[in-house]
Amino acid sequence: MSAAPAVQASRPGAAGAGTAVASRRGRGRERGPGLVNAALLFVALCYLVPLLWLVLAAFDPSAGPSLSWPARWSVDNFRAILTEDITFRPMLNGLVLCGVSTVLTMVCAVLAAYPLSRYRSRLKRPFLLTVLFMTGLPITAIMVPVYGMFVQVNLIDTYFGTILFMATTALPIAIWLAKNFMDSVPAELEEAAWTDGASRAQGLRRVVLPLMWPGLAVVALYTFIGLWGNFFVPFVLLLSNDNLPASVGIYTFFAQYAQVVYGQLAAYSLLYSLPAVLLYLALSRRLGGAFTFGGGVKG
Amino acid sequence: MTSVVTAGAGRPARRHDPAALTPMRGLPLAPAVALLAVFLLGPILYCIWSAFTDMALTGASGYHFVGFANFTQAFTSAEFGQSVLYTLFFTVVSAIIGQNVLGMALALLMRAGNRVVRALVSTVVIGAWVVPEVVAGYLWSAFFGTDGSLNHLLGLVGLAPQNLLYTTPILAVSIANIWRGTAFSMLVYSAALSEVPKDIEEAAVVDGAGTWRKLVSITLPMLRRSIATNLMLITLQTLSVFGLIWTMTKGGPSNKSTTLPLYAYQQAFQFSQLGYGTALALLLLLVGGVFSLIYLRTLRLGES
Repeated sequence: MSAAPAVQASRPGAAGAGTAVASRRGRGRERGPGLVNAALLFVALCYLVPLLWLVLAAFDPSAGPSLSWPARWSVDNFRAILTEDITFRPMLNGLVLCGVSTVLTMVCAVLAAYPLSRYRSRLKRPFLLTVLFMTGLPITAIMVPVYGMFVQVNLIDTYFGTILFMATTALPIAIWLAKNFMDSVPAELEEAAWTDGASRAQGLRRVVLPLMWPGLAVVALYTFIGLWGNFFVPFVLLLSNDNLPASVGIYTFFAQYAQVVYGQLAAYSLLYSLPAVLLYLALSRRLGGAFTFGGGVKG
Repeated sequence: MTSVVTAGAGRPARRHDPAALTPMRGLPLAPAVALLAVFLLGPILYCIWSAFTDMALTGASGYHFVGFANFTQAFTSAEFGQSVLYTLFFTVVSAIIGQNVLGMALALLMRAGNRVVRALVSTVVIGAWVVPEVVAGYLWSAFFGTDGSLNHLLGLVGLAPQNLLYTTPILAVSIANIWRGTAFSMLVYSAALSEVPKDIEEAAVVDGAGTWRKLVSITLPMLRRSIATNLMLITLQTLSVFGLIWTMTKGGPSNKSTTLPLYAYQQAFQFSQLGYGTALALLLLLVGGVFSLIYLRTLRLGES
C-alpha cells in the first residue's frame, strides 16, 4: 500500500536528475540513498544472523550455538526428532488446540458482530468499549488465577477447558474486527434479500458473510498464528506430556537435557515455526503486502 | 496480536434507522458474552478475591481471608521491588526505546531505500516477528551463549568475549524482545507515514527545512496519534512477555531477569503461594488495565 509513492521517491537519480522536481526533493538526497541503504542493510544483517543460524544449524549434524557453515549437510537432525513423542503428537495437539479454538472464536465473534452491527441500543457503545478494553488486558497476568480456578472446577489438564480459555483470549479483538467488517457491508444488500423473502439468518449467511469473507479469513489466520505461538497458556493449563502442544513440547523436550543438542533444537524450531510462517505468507499475499495490517492501529 | 484495530473505517450511510436491539435479537451475542464472562471476567473476579487469602497450591482444603497481607508482603519485599525495576527496564528499553525508535527509523528509512533492500529488510524483520516466542528465546540464548555467534563475532574484531546471559540477563532479553517485536512498530509507522501528504513535506523543503527539521517539525507531529497508540500497544504486549524470558533465562541467574509475570509465576507455582501469586497478578492486571484505558482514550472513539 505505502509502497507506490515511496518507490517513485526512492529513485531521484533515475528520472530527470536536473529537473526542478529533483532539486526540490532537496539536499542530502545525493548522498542520501547510499547511506540509507547501508543503514537498512546493516539492520537486516543484525536480524538475519539468528535466523540464519536456525536454518544452517538445522541441517548441520554437528551444529553448535554459533553461526557456521555446515561441514556436511544432512537431515539427521530432522530424522532424530521426527518421532511420535517428540514431534508428531505435540504438533497434532497444537493443531487441535489452536484449530478448534480459532473456529470457536470466529463463530462466536461473527454471531456477536451481527446484533452489534445491525441494531441500535444504548448499551452498544459501553459494550464495545469494554470489548476494546479487554483487548488490552495482559492475559499473562490472569494465568495464575485461571490456574487456581481451573483446579477448583476440575478443568485443569483438559482440552475442553484449555480450548474454551484460549478461544476467549482471542475473542475480544475478533469481535471488534468482525463488527467493523460487518459495518462495511451495506445494509441495503441485506434488505434486498429480505424483500426476496430471506430471513435474517439467511441474509447473514447468503449475503453478509460471503462479502466479509476475506476480512474474516484474515482475522482467523491471525487468531491461529497468535494461539500457535502462545506458550504460557498451555504451559500453565496442561500438565500431562501427552496433552502438550508443540509450543510447550519443544520446551519440555530440550529442558530435560543438561547439554543442548543445537542441531535438533534448530530443526524442531524450524518445523514448529513453519505453520506460522506459511500462514503469514498466505495472509500477506491475500492482502497484497504486509503493510495493510499496520493501518489497523489508527482506530 | 492486538494489532489490527480497524477495518472498514468508513461506515456506509444508512437510509433507514436500524431497528432497536431487543433481547431476542441480542441472542447471538450470548455465546461470546458467556465465554467472556466465565473465562475472562471470572478469573479477574477470582483474582481479586483470592489475592486477599493465603491460598496455597498444595493441601488446598483450608485457606483464610488475610486482608492486605499479601500486598504488604509484596511492598515490603526486596524481590518484588527488584522485579518491578526489571519490568520497568524491560518495558522502557525493549519497547518504548528499542521497538518504537527502531520501528520508526526503519519506516522512515524504508521510504528512501532501494526497492530490493526494502523488500529484504521487511522480510527479515517481519520474519523475526512471525517466529514463535519460544523459538526466538532459543535463538537468542544460542546467540548470546559462551560459544555463541556474539562471541564469535566479537572474537573476529578482537574484542573480549561477553556472557550477557550471565552478567546482564535483563539486557539480553531486552535485545531479544527488540528483535522480535520491532516489526509491529515498523508496520504501524509505515502505514501511518503512507498517509502523510507528500506536498506538506515538500512545501517544508521548499521553505528551506533540512531533513532533520522536516522530520521534527512536520512528519513526527503529524504522526503523534499513531505514536501514542503504538506506544500503548507495545507497552501492553511487553508487560505480558513470559515465554521469551522463560526460555532464555528462567528469570535468572539469581533473579536478575525476573520481571513481574515471572515473579508471580514463581511465587504461585514454584513456592506454592497461590494467594500471594494472585496478589501479584492483580497488581500487574491493574497496571495493564490503566494502560488499556489510556489506549482507549488515545483512540478517541467517543464522538460517534
